[in-house]
Amino acid sequence: MVITGYVLEIAQVILALLLAPGLAGFVRWLKARLQNRRGAPPWQPYFELRKLFGKEVVMSNNASWLFRIAPYIIFASTITVTLLVPMIVAPLALDGMGDLLMVVYLLLLGTFFLALAGLDPGTAFGGMGASREMTVAAIAEPTIALAIFGLALSAGSTNLGRIVTQELANTAVTLSPGHILAFVALFIVTLAETGRLPVDNPATHLELTMIHEAMILEYSGRYLALIEWASWLKLTIFFTLLSNLFVPWGIATTFDPAALAVAVIALIVKLAVLGGIIAVVETRVAKLRLFRVPELLGASFVLALLAVTSSFVLK
Amino acid sequence: MTDFSRLQTALRNNLQGRTTDIRVRRGNELHFQIVRGDAQRLAEFLRADFGAELILMVANDRRSDKGVLEVHYLFGNDREDWFAHATRNLPPDDRTIDSLATFYFPASRFEREIKDLFGIEATGHPDRRPLVRHAFWPEVYFPLLKDAVPPQKFEDDGTSFPFKPVSGEGVYEIPVGPVHAGIIEPGHFRFSVVGETVIDLKIRLYFAHKGTEKLFEGRSPADGVELAERISGDTTTSHSLAYCQAVESLAGCTVPARARYLRVILLEMERLYNHIADFGMICNDTGFAVAHSHCFRIRERLLRLNKRLTGNRLLRGGIILGGVGHDLPADLDLATELDAIIADFNEIVEISLSNTMLTDRLEGAGRLDTKTAKDLGVLGYVARASNIDVDARRDHPFAAYPALKFAVPVFTSGDVRARTMARVQEARISAQIIKQALMAIPAGPIVAPLGTLPAWEPAFGLVEGWRGTIIHWVMADESGNLYRVKVRDPSFMNWPALSFAMLKNIVPDFPLCNKSFNQTYSGNDL
Repeated sequence: MVITGYVLEIAQVILALLLAPGLAGFVRWLKARLQNRRGAPPWQPYFELRKLFGKEVVMSNNASWLFRIAPYIIFASTITVTLLVPMIVAPLALDGMGDLLMVVYLLLLGTFFLALAGLDPGTAFGGMGASREMTVAAIAEPTIALAIFGLALSAGSTNLGRIVTQELANTAVTLSPGHILAFVALFIVTLAETGRLPVDNPATHLELTMIHEAMILEYSGRYLALIEWASWLKLTIFFTLLSNLFVPWGIATTFDPAALAVAVIALIVKLAVLGGIIAVVETRVAKLRLFRVPELLGASFVLALLAVTSSFVLK
Repeated sequence: MTDFSRLQTALRNNLQGRTTDIRVRRGNELHFQIVRGDAQRLAEFLRADFGAELILMVANDRRSDKGVLEVHYLFGNDREDWFAHATRNLPPDDRTIDSLATFYFPASRFEREIKDLFGIEATGHPDRRPLVRHAFWPEVYFPLLKDAVPPQKFEDDGTSFPFKPVSGEGVYEIPVGPVHAGIIEPGHFRFSVVGETVIDLKIRLYFAHKGTEKLFEGRSPADGVELAERISGDTTTSHSLAYCQAVESLAGCTVPARARYLRVILLEMERLYNHIADFGMICNDTGFAVAHSHCFRIRERLLRLNKRLTGNRLLRGGIILGGVGHDLPADLDLATELDAIIADFNEIVEISLSNTMLTDRLEGAGRLDTKTAKDLGVLGYVARASNIDVDARRDHPFAAYPALKFAVPVFTSGDVRARTMARVQEARISAQIIKQALMAIPAGPIVAPLGTLPAWEPAFGLVEGWRGTIIHWVMADESGNLYRVKVRDPSFMNWPALSFAMLKNIVPDFPLCNKSFNQTYSGNDL
């Protein structure tokens, strides 16, 4: 039984790695369709990964060892997060290894190294992107923690697996004001953390407006592949948090193969629905002026704070 | 026929009879010779008493036939359709002119251009840095002199361009380009910023210098058309029309009435497809990609109409010397097509402008105030968005415009929104102009014989292209071939304004501001 739990953890990581490019491709494809374009097929990112892994790495002469190791740290820290997030089964075998705080800090670790790597080659764009990313992260990261705290309060645990099982045991709690507020807060943060409109424009070629893309402009080959893959993985993680923490149905609570199959399908459906929502949002909105971004994130922080307060009061 | 008696009296009084060879050409141009020291005085009283401003400076190497270098000053009035054309002869051993740089900003740029291409020094010029010349181009190589020999090798001399240094606590520089991430032309932008706020922006262009003016020399007039069409890819009709008008003016050729109406239709088709595409691109730079893809769909529709009109999507071959290349296709109902296109465009504009996130980006961004715009002599929609009411179609009517009724939209705010709305309104007006022209177009021939070009006479043509007023200045030699062609795209006047519009804006708003200007590199760098 214990072994199965660990096997499932590994399976979950592989599933996330496999799904992530498809999810990013699906959002891109849907956006193109909504914009009256034909768009690249949803599986295009898989080809991109294959292409990038096959290419040589071109490095700036000014880049140091930090620039080389950053992609591995970013990729590794993001993978580790998938071990702690209940994707298809709850509770997880490695639940004891870390809770929601661990998740937040692992994500922040990736962001931190990405910003350092942006600064490292000493180009103007990298520094610009890093400074903007830090401005966004400084408000976004606490909001993630706070929003999930709202759920943790009603579940009585900061452990993500336990939060899910508690919710399944007491489904009424998922519609409580605290949960709904927390969902909205986390959704806004998802847009910011994964570099989507209206905070960052993943489709732009304009260096001066970039946040995430500006930091990785100097990367190429397998390093770029790892960073891209990690950022798609991050999108998958945030979508999973949004779907499984707030709409936990479908997730397996036993290791029964049928339940697990249902859980995988439920996960894919949930990711697709959220991908659809993001694509519609991105089509409807324009990019905010950079100095308006803190206002948006500030609002989401307040929502998260209200979520915690309401969960606490209504407990 | 313009009455030049007041101007002639003023010339006599102000320049103490030193002006010679005064003659009226083509009814509304007063040509005369001035001598050293008179240019500034001339510019002063033309501005103060006649409301005329310097619109073009042309240098010309006439050492082979006349033994001198010439510098021509062309002054024009914004409201009245007349021009003053002053010429100064420079003896080959004294290649200097008096600088007008501190009197009128565009003069400073013309003079720097002339310095780099002819080696004619403007004495008293406050900015001695090269404009056209880059570091790999020897300092003593002046390509537009007739006896210029290109150096064997162009090598980078290793010196960096002396940008004005900006320093202070927390000030840092962001150099961008000349190679960019998108498919755009080369230009170097150097931002001095505090945090994200731009406190200074320097623009270095001329990476796309192709020697266009040199390429005109020696061509037959008819061969010049295809070159004029390629000065800037999106401005085919405007440039070829300005060129043809200059040559026709020189030859004294009268373009048939039907061809004049067809020229209006082609020019407005060009304005239409560019303005609609620009609207989409401005929206795209705010991240609102839906408007972009739909505007490009409409642009494609217009390009296909262009192909039916001229056989070329970018309208090449549309304008020829003495008329137009193609008559209207009989099976094309252009008016109905345009109605559908404008209805389509209006819907996209409505959807886009009802999006408050989008309009929030446009409003107040990249503000160019009227005073600065006037001082810099900006043209086209950039000027009209900053409350300067200029439009050569109305002020210096050409083709069939005198017979057509149209409004010139002017905006006061000078921000990105004003420049965007200027395009929207002008696109709608363009469609109306085309429909009017289609109603009024007379039957008849579409081309007239050009005749021969008189040697050594200056002539010019003005056209309100979609970016603003384009001027082509031409002179032919004894064989009737082109001796010198000077091209002034409105971008030459408008580029410096972008630096001023960016002040106190934030760096990530630059692409949006830049797109709202959308000046050409190729037409500027020549």
